[in-house]
Amino acid sequence: MPRRARASTPASTGKAAASGLKKVPTGITGLDEITLGGLPFGRTTLVTGGPGCGKTLLGMEFLVQGARQFDEPGAFIAFEETAQELTENVQSVGYGLEPLLKSGKLMLDYIRIERSEIEETGDYDLEGLFVRLAHAIDSIGAKRLVLDTLEVLFAGLKDHGILRAELRRLFRWLKDRQITAIVTAESAPDGKLSRHGIEEYVSDCVIALDHRISQQISTRRLRVVKYRGSSHGANEYPFLIDDGGLVVFPITSLGLDYGAPAGHIASGVAGLDEALDGRGFFRGSSVLITGTAGTGKTSVAAQFANATCARGQRCLYFSMEESPDQIVRNMRSIGMNLAQWRKRGLLQLHSARPTLHGLEAHLATVYRAVSLFDPQVVIMDPLTGLSSVGSDREVTAVITRLLDFLKAQQITALFTTLVSMQADPEHSDVGVSSWMDTWILLRTLELAGTRRRALYVIKSRGMSHSDQIHELKFTSRGIRILPGSAVSP
Amino acid sequence: MNAPENPERWQLRLYVAGQTPKCLVAFANLKRICEEYLTGQYDIEVIDLLQTPALAQGDQIFAIPTLVRKLPEPVRKIIGDLSNTERVLVGLDIRRLP
Repeated sequence: MPRRARASTPASTGKAAASGLKKVPTGITGLDEITLGGLPFGRTTLVTGGPGCGKTLLGMEFLVQGARQFDEPGAFIAFEETAQELTENVQSVGYGLEPLLKSGKLMLDYIRIERSEIEETGDYDLEGLFVRLAHAIDSIGAKRLVLDTLEVLFAGLKDHGILRAELRRLFRWLKDRQITAIVTAESAPDGKLSRHGIEEYVSDCVIALDHRISQQISTRRLRVVKYRGSSHGANEYPFLIDDGGLVVFPITSLGLDYGAPAGHIASGVAGLDEALDGRGFFRGSSVLITGTAGTGKTSVAAQFANATCARGQRCLYFSMEESPDQIVRNMRSIGMNLAQWRKRGLLQLHSARPTLHGLEAHLATVYRAVSLFDPQVVIMDPLTGLSSVGSDREVTAVITRLLDFLKAQQITALFTTLVSMQADPEHSDVGVSSWMDTWILLRTLELAGTRRRALYVIKSRGMSHSDQIHELKFTSRGIRILPGSAVSP
Repeated sequence: MNAPENPERWQLRLYVAGQTPKCLVAFANLKRICEEYLTGQYDIEVIDLLQTPALAQGDQIFAIPTLVRKLPEPVRKIIGDLSNTERVLVGLDIRRLP
């Protein structure tokens, strides 16, 4: 799994070592980058959040990845769900627990606490819980432990004084045994981290999860609230839960230190490469195609995809307006057989309305698909679709990060944006044109009673490009542009 | 004479973890209450989880000491050192005769 391999960068481990605090990598993509190496070794980390935030899954992923990637056995102590329910529930997000359970890398124990069945009289302690934890830990030699969720203890026991004292003892006990643990708790409606103030006892690391709905679009977010003795990313980071588990996206800007490959990549549009210094786009550069409706943006994008696949390279195509089948059908009319590339695994078409996910989640999806597919070319058609799910500032920020990410991977990216008829055609909607290396404008011109499509290269960094207005011709054998000034009267 | 009319035997199980003061107090309290209210009709089984930790799972034990009424059914649980006799009687559902 290539995306896993990216999880811990040399930079993160270096910083962790420098701080002198031993860390345990979670193996959760993104989380280890935010925490600069993982959770504090031998300590208990509190994960809080409202219902349905993904606390249980975060805990389970910590154990599953620990077992799979680091060969560290883990014990999951559930107070809410039985072992069977838990196994079934996490199955739906892609964790097959059976092999891990069988090989002794994972153990699930369900502790049922039902207040209605319990009478309390006099002094007691939670030694029974300790005995069970010790038994669970010893039975598989666990290095990791999850307690999900402490709320049940607070709901099941009347004497919170005893409970608090026992939890304090529990965290110390786990520390003595050098167990790296996650305990989960529910956040309080009044904005406190947890209902019962557990964060006061768990002093080493606290992670808050959040599930927010904004304009009917849900986004999950994660924030490291505190991490004693270590610096950490302080922002809120979006995370995804899908059939591949849980992924956190530390999509802060990756910076401008990417390399600049000198090679070229053909656009696939006959004539366009000539207009671009005779060689096409720079490999690893970003290309923006703007134009009003019906000027052929998607066709130019598809032609680029087609040419990429014809060279045997992989292309990832995100469409926010058309379904994959519709794109394939429409492009057939101008002589492109995209279906063959899909069949051969060179072309992946992803269609999703921008409103399906939040903006960050969108970027997350792209990030993930790129990591899995490892394409040479990524196309987003149209980028403007994103404006409907975020403010201009947000959209701009997300696109910057996307560009940095793709450039760091030396992926050539092509974006289309729609400009309205009224607007100045040289003004792109989301104000990203200045970050693009090549900017191509498509427009229609009315000449002698016909509408003709015209293409011109507004800019293309690092090459002497054509400064002429070219006519764009759609034929049954693809699209091509005519040599300069063909549309002048 | 104070025993309930229920002719069944009472099967009680006390979970402890070693000979801690709490556990010893709980056992003494339980013995006293049983002698008083369930004369001749009870069995007490003491399980020390330090010796048999695996047994904690069966009765879902997390607190110590825990008293489990196995019979008569339904199963009931009382946690604590059983120092409040009134609560123990309510918890075990032992009816006091007038």
